[in-house]
Amino acid sequence: MAVTEPSLLKVEALRRQFPIFKRSFNGKELAYLDNAATTQKPGIVIQELTRFYSESNANIHRGAYALSEEATAAYEGARQHVAGLIHARSVQEVVFVRNATEAINLVAYAWGRRNIHPGDRIVLTELEHHSNLVPWQLLAQEREALLEFVPIDGQGRLDLAVLDRLLQQEPKLVAVGHVSNALGTINPVTEIVRKAHAAGARVLVDGAQSVPHQPVDVTEIDADFLAFSGHKMCGPTGIGVLYGKQDVLEAMPPFLGGGDMIRQVQLHESTWNDLPWKFEAGTPHIAGAVGLGAAVKFLQGIGMQAIFVHEQQLLATLLDRLQSLPYVSLYGPSDPAEQAGIVSFTLGHIHAHDVATVLDRHAVAVRSGHHCCQPLMERLHVPATVRASLYLYSTEHEVERLVQGIQDAARIFRLDRAVRGDARG
Amino acid sequence: MDDLYQDRILDHWEHSPFRGRIEAPDAVADGYSKLCGDALHLELKLNGDRIAMIRFDGDGCIISQASASILAERMEGKSIAEAQRLDGPQVLQELGIPLSPARVKCALLALSVLHQALGEVEQERESNGVA
Ligand SMILES: Cc1ncc(COP(=O)(O)O)c(C=O)c1O
Repeated sequence: MAVTEPSLLKVEALRRQFPIFKRSFNGKELAYLDNAATTQKPGIVIQELTRFYSESNANIHRGAYALSEEATAAYEGARQHVAGLIHARSVQEVVFVRNATEAINLVAYAWGRRNIHPGDRIVLTELEHHSNLVPWQLLAQEREALLEFVPIDGQGRLDLAVLDRLLQQEPKLVAVGHVSNALGTINPVTEIVRKAHAAGARVLVDGAQSVPHQPVDVTEIDADFLAFSGHKMCGPTGIGVLYGKQDVLEAMPPFLGGGDMIRQVQLHESTWNDLPWKFEAGTPHIAGAVGLGAAVKFLQGIGMQAIFVHEQQLLATLLDRLQSLPYVSLYGPSDPAEQAGIVSFTLGHIHAHDVATVLDRHAVAVRSGHHCCQPLMERLHVPATVRASLYLYSTEHEVERLVQGIQDAARIFRLDRAVRGDARG
Repeated sequence: MDDLYQDRILDHWEHSPFRGRIEAPDAVADGYSKLCGDALHLELKLNGDRIAMIRFDGDGCIISQASASILAERMEGKSIAEAQRLDGPQVLQELGIPLSPARVKCALLALSVLHQALGEVEQERESNGVA
C-alpha cells in the first residue's frame, strides 16, 4: 500500500454532502474525530430513509400486493449491495442483524451452543472489544469451555508466536478483530484464518472497524464469519450484518424463533426457512437495511481503496504531529503500515476525560475512556485514553485543530511547563 | 476554558493539603465512578459530633479529585449534621465551575463517598446505643 500517493478524494465536496457539518458548536465548526464510535450520515442515506417510508413502506416477504413487493425488492436489493461490498459468493451468506454485537452473539448462540462442548477451547486476543469478548465468556461459562488470549506486545501488535502455540491445542474457534477500535492495530487476519483453519478451527472476524474503511474481501480473508455495523459506515443505526459461509450457516440451528424464519409451523415443531431468512426472525429493520444499501452505494462510488489511502495519509500526518509534542504518549503501532485511522493517546498524567473536555470546548469531538476494552486498558496500565478516529471526510484542518486543542490542554494543565522542568517533575 | 480548569481547581488537584491518610480513622469509605474510572478513598477522624479531620486518596479526573479536596476543606471542623445536610447543588456551587451533565457525576463522587462514611458512623453509633 503506497501511502504517499496523493489523496484521491475531493474531501471538501464530500463534506458538503453531510448535513451535520453545517452545525457549529460555541461558534466553531465541528471537528468530528469520533468515527470509530459512529460515523456521520450523507444526505443520500438520510433521504433514502425518508423516501422508503414515504413511497415504498410495507412489510416484506408476505404481501401479495405491489407495495409489499416493492419493499421486499428494496430490502433484498440492499442485501445485494452488501454482498457485493464484501465479495460474498451469494446473498444467502448475508444476514441482517442490528449491529456487530448482535452478529457476534448470534454466532455464539447458534453456532456456539451446537459446536462448543465442555473442555473445548476458544481463542481470542487481548485487543478485543467487549462485543467480541463477553458473548464468548457467556458461552464458555455455559458450556464449560476455555477462553485463551493471544497477547499483545508493547505497541499493541498481536504476538503470533503465541497464536501458533494456542492453535496446537486444537481450539474450536478463533475470534479476532480485524482492526482494533482502541489502538487502531490492523491484524493480519488472512494469515490468522489460514493458520486457524489448518488447525481445524472456525474463525470469526470482527470487521466493525475494517469493513467501513478499507476493501474487505471475504473470499480472500476466508473467515467463516464476519461481523460489522451499518452505523459505522455512513448507514443508519440499528442495522448490521453477519456474513457467514453458506455451509456453516446451513449447519447452524436458528438464533431467534418467530415469523419469517420458518418454512412450516406445526404446533409442536417447525422447519426452517432458507438462508439468510432462517436467521431473520420477525420484521427486520427494513428501512435501516435500505439505508445501509444506500450507504454502501455511496462508499463504493468513492471507492474503498481511495477511502483507505485518504485515511492512511491523514493518519501519517496525525501521528507526526502528535509525536512532535513531548507530553503526548501514543499507544498502538504508530506506523501507518500496521495501524488504521485510529489513534489512542494520553497527555502526561492528565485523565483522558479532562483532555476531552478541553477539546470539546474547541468543538473537537473525540472519545475518551476505555473504548469498551477494559482488559486492554488494564494491560496497557492506563485507566483511559483519548482516541481520535478518522473517516473519508476527515481533513488536515481537523487534525490541525485537534493538535491546537491538545496544545491548549497542555497549557491549561501546566504540562508545557512540566516538560521544561520548571514546574512539577 | 480557563473558567473550568481555573488555577484554584488545578491547585486543589495537584497540591491538595487534604490528600493522605489518617492514622486510626473513625470512618472510611470508597467510591468509584464508571464514566472516568475515578476511584476515591475517604477517611474521617471524629471528635464527638464534629469532623475533626478529612483525608482522601484516589485516582481519576481533575474534577473528581479537586472536588474531594474542596469538600474536605469546607467540611473539616464542621458538625456531622451539617455534613449530612450538604447536598449536590451546594457542592456544585462551591466548585463554581460550569460542568456538563456527565462531568457532574465526577464532581459529586466525593460527596457520595462522604455521606457513605457518615452513614456508617451513624449505624455504628446506633448499634452502640449512642444517639
Ligand atoms: C471492534 C468493534 N467491535 C464491535 C463493536 C460493536 O459495534 P456495535 O456497538 O455497533 O454493535 C465496535 C463498536 O464500537 C467495535 O469497534
